[in-house]
Amino acid sequence: MSGVIKVGMADLNAIVSPGILTTLGLGSCVGIVFYDNKNKIGGMAHVMLPTSRIANGDKINEAKFADTAIEKLLELMISMGAKQTFITAKLAGGAQMFASRNGSNDVLKIGHKNVEQTLKILQEKNIKVVAQDTGSNYGRTIELYSESGLLLVKTIGHGVKEI
Amino acid sequence: MSLSFEQINESYMDILKELGNIGAGNAATSLSVMLNRRIDMSVPQARIVGFGDLESIIGPEDALVAAIYLEFTGDIQGTIMFVLSQDSAKNLLLLLIGCEMNPKGSDAFSELEISALQEVGNIVAGAYLGAVARFTNLTMKLSVPSFAFDMIGAVLSVPLIEFGQMSDKALFIETDFLNGGDSIKGDFLVIPDMESYSIILNALGVM
Repeated sequence: MSGVIKVGMADLNAIVSPGILTTLGLGSCVGIVFYDNKNKIGGMAHVMLPTSRIANGDKINEAKFADTAIEKLLELMISMGAKQTFITAKLAGGAQMFASRNGSNDVLKIGHKNVEQTLKILQEKNIKVVAQDTGSNYGRTIELYSESGLLLVKTIGHGVKEI
Repeated sequence: MSLSFEQINESYMDILKELGNIGAGNAATSLSVMLNRRIDMSVPQARIVGFGDLESIIGPEDALVAAIYLEFTGDIQGTIMFVLSQDSAKNLLLLLIGCEMNPKGSDAFSELEISALQEVGNIVAGAYLGAVARFTNLTMKLSVPSFAFDMIGAVLSVPLIEFGQMSDKALFIETDFLNGGDSIKGDFLVIPDMESYSIILNALGVM
């Protein structure tokens, strides 16, 4: 039985196969998943916000923001033996959990911004996004299988998907 | 001026708890009147929770819940969430309406059920804020309620992201409601934004 490592909110982690990385209950947050298919190394980040530019204070939690989490996760995976050229990405989450009926509420639309910003950064870094299950209005739990790179997306009432 | 978590000391937490007590007392009464049942409430907790130890407060992040979400704006701003397990939500509906609206064992909630739950959230949150407003002399307005039947981590991500912009922690004022038979157990979370804490404490003359 290979181990399951849980990635919390505003957290990231990586493993060398075998093993499973999981994060539970992604809402407007985005699960960024990296996989090096050659070296069988997987990484996962559960980010809450698009950019660290809005952060104040000198010490930030890098796993909380898409821009810094991507850097940190790449560093971690490379330190474990992954090569950036072999790394591809999958994304899940970024939902709008509650309908906004009070005009434009930016907080409720943060999921969309998180996904947009993540895609933009990955494009700049030349990391190919091979699959994504994002948006809509429901929560997602994801599991990355490090042997194969398969990402399982579980939902409540919206089925289970392999991406 | 905005407070940071480091500046929120024990006595501030006690004041927030007391405020929670006043609000939740009123909310429990309104729920009790609506259901014509005795509703008990726990002593409100004011807690600062790191995003990493969310599980210790709410249980597994993928647990299925019915959540009613409201925002308040005005002198202070924030989010109110009334969270119920699926069974509790169905039992509440049964008491409220007096008959089953959905086939027994049905997982989801019908439009009518959602609308009834939203109205419950509206009344309970209104009673809570009304008491807080009278006590602090602050004015606030409640948004239209929204509903989600989903994983608790996913629904809570909404107010937590708001905190995430400034901190790695969130401050909750939490009260449990339950009726005598334990068939309804709800969790009422009030999450004012960071700027609101100093305004509350100022309004009460303690800062």
